Amino acid sequence: MDGPIFSVRGAEYAYKGASCPAIEDVNLSVASGEWVALLGTNGSGKSTLAKMMNALLVPTRGVCFVMGMDTSDAELAAFIRRNVALVFQNPDDQIVASIVEEDVAFGPENLGLPSDAIRAVVERALRLTGLSETRRRGSHSLSGGQKQRLALAGALAMEPKALILDESTSMLDPEGRASFLDCLRELNARGITVIQITHRMEEVVHASRIVVMEKGKIAWDGSPYIFWEEKRAAFGFDIPPELELLRSLRAGGFVPAGTRPAVNDLLEALCL
Amino acid sequence: MKFSNGFSMGQFVPGESRVHSLDPRCKIMGMFILLAVPFAAKKPLDFVPAAFCLYAISAASGIRFAKLLRAGRPVLFLIAFTAILNLFWTPGREITRLGPLRVTAEGVTLAFCVSLRIYCLVMMAAALMMTTSPMDFASGAERLMSPLAVIKFPVSEMAMMMTIALRFIPTLFEESERIMKAQMSRGADFESGGLIKRARAYIPILAPLFIQVFVRADNLATAMESRCYVPGAPRTKLNPLVWRSRDTAAMACVIAFVVFSLVWNRYIYRLADLLCPESLF
Amino acid sequence: MSIKAVNIKYIYNAGTPAAVTALDGVSVEAGRGEWVSIVGHTGSGKSTLAQHLNLLLTPSSGFVSIDGATIAPGSREARAARRKVGLVFQYPESQFFAETVREEIAFAPSNWGVAGVALDACVNEAAASAGLSPSALGSNPFSLSGGERRRAAIASVLSMKPDYLVLDEPTAGLDASGVRGLTATFGELCSKGMAVIHVTHDMEIAMSMSDRIAVLERGVLVASGAPERVAEYLSERPVKGLVMPASARFAHGLREKGIHAPLAGGVSEIIETLEEARSRRKR
Repeated sequence: MDGPIFSVRGAEYAYKGASCPAIEDVNLSVASGEWVALLGTNGSGKSTLAKMMNALLVPTRGVCFVMGMDTSDAELAAFIRRNVALVFQNPDDQIVASIVEEDVAFGPENLGLPSDAIRAVVERALRLTGLSETRRRGSHSLSGGQKQRLALAGALAMEPKALILDESTSMLDPEGRASFLDCLRELNARGITVIQITHRMEEVVHASRIVVMEKGKIAWDGSPYIFWEEKRAAFGFDIPPELELLRSLRAGGFVPAGTRPAVNDLLEALCL
Repeated sequence: MKFSNGFSMGQFVPGESRVHSLDPRCKIMGMFILLAVPFAAKKPLDFVPAAFCLYAISAASGIRFAKLLRAGRPVLFLIAFTAILNLFWTPGREITRLGPLRVTAEGVTLAFCVSLRIYCLVMMAAALMMTTSPMDFASGAERLMSPLAVIKFPVSEMAMMMTIALRFIPTLFEESERIMKAQMSRGADFESGGLIKRARAYIPILAPLFIQVFVRADNLATAMESRCYVPGAPRTKLNPLVWRSRDTAAMACVIAFVVFSLVWNRYIYRLADLLCPESLF
Repeated sequence: MSIKAVNIKYIYNAGTPAAVTALDGVSVEAGRGEWVSIVGHTGSGKSTLAQHLNLLLTPSSGFVSIDGATIAPGSREARAARRKVGLVFQYPESQFFAETVREEIAFAPSNWGVAGVALDACVNEAAASAGLSPSALGSNPFSLSGGERRRAAIASVLSMKPDYLVLDEPTAGLDASGVRGLTATFGELCSKGMAVIHVTHDMEIAMSMSDRIAVLERGVLVASGAPERVAEYLSERPVKGLVMPASARFAHGLREKGIHAPLAGGVSEIIETLEEARSRRKR
């Protein structure tokens, strides 16, 4: 694909009865294959923007295009949603069916695919998320991390070009979070665009681009390197522990420049 | 205290039996047709085919007969109540008296038959629920009711509602248990005081539970919409129902059996009279 | 004065084919003014243990004693004793039922018959120690922000003036500043003499705040002791689902290189150790 996968221009959205818009004057263009981390405090408008990019909300002013399709055209909503899948925070609120594979099939069933085609995409989605073994199990019996991967599988079954993750890891334990992020890395490597909303700075290290939202507006948009070096503290974000370690070691002259912020790399590069 | 106990009446028992693997439409229709057998039974011996039928279902489904029998326990009170009504208030030939109440021969027969009939109905329904997963039941019911869509009855929406309800039952049980514990740890007392005080004590459980249900419903609706669900729009199925030859065979058996039992009802007493004219019945 | 769980064994669905041993012979103790963390993977039994401390569950064997008295769950004394042990559940804001924050916070003390001026004092004090602004008291709990709502829920437990505070993943779902602020609040309560029993899988907080850490793995207590000792144990023998903080992993790597760095300390301690090692080498 040539054009940007998301193109938001001058977008504003005001919830009914709200005194001020949840987001305003948002301009954002995302190219295919990017991994964008969308940061901001609670209530900064990240979720509203996510829903707008999935055609769940239509901008009250400005425009939002997904793969060149205008989200305000109701006829295009199905096309947009199958190409841009959304995964939410609480897996329990996204799982529709009692059986794992039936839940994964929910999206393709809505698209009206024939049974054989559904079976094929379900198979693939379960494999990508490492859930093939659990296909006949009750969705209720899964662990938290597995449930969230099930929600991801449900999204992948529509074979989307982009994934939007709205704090999808915030309810998981470290292990569930790690396996979920592994999945995402794999999918991004296969060319799927990832828009990730998160509070956890250590998850942001995978992003190729960082967008910060403040009070409904995009406050900063740029490369992770500049973000960590110059902008992080100004926006009041925590420093990921690995990066903090790297900084202190660099300052003391214990590791050479260019060392990656990972414990093993730091240990290897250590010179006294 | 646990909410999740006592929720086993007619619950699905996973299995691979011949009955389990029938199409749910076949099982639902078959059950309704078989209900004719206990309904048509007017005298005690008429229940022999019904008993045979239940025994056959038990054998073919691998569900122990005792388990089917136990499924009727929750309605025992109802059965006792109707039996007593029939026993004492049926006019006819008096056989004995209990204080001011007269017991008639017809009353005894009727009480016996009505009790057995209710029990049979419950057991047959239980046999259906025990051999059909809730999801299969929902899709079977959806397909059977699909002609109703002609009169604008929202069949597919109803089926989706059922699917979601089934999915959320365990979640809600867990949630209510958690909220109950949370309120108990804040000193809520559900065990002391009169009826009204106790009922009031449940407000701190029910109110958060309802709030949670609405929040969840809202989130779920958004999630479903983002997964391209449009109410009433045509959907396909991962596992569409397939009517196989064994379903046709099973339906044929069911119909043949009902005909047989009607014939039985008609002739069994003439036969019994011939063989044993002094019979009590 | 302490709360003790001794040799607790707990089996879910006991006597059925679905029986699961959630806890097997677990003991844990916390004295007033102490911060004890209970860490473990999801399903390790740490939440089950927390509910035992609040006498909500009856152990299959073992017992819980509070201030030296052994208390049978379900007894009259259990309800009274529960008042001494505040339990904050995961996502505690889901238990809200009242129309105002004030009523919500007043629920616990009024269950124990506190009323009138005393109740008001209770509510205000609890709100203050939970770091909730007084202006929030009159508002609807659902109109608050996520962080404030969590503080309101915590105030609604603090209002019964517990001596022991059991926290089950109290910072789950909050953003970084929320986590930091709340952890500091708990630290303050602890320094004022309350026992804090913190159930978590966040090793970072456990390492930096705890006097002692108890590690659960599949219902069994596998390690217990001061953070440094537990970090030593976990570095040698990792427990599934628990991730050691980056600084601890780095310090462990240094030890393998022959530099003895503290495992439970932070980054600054590690740098100090390295600087010492460097100057020693130069000499």
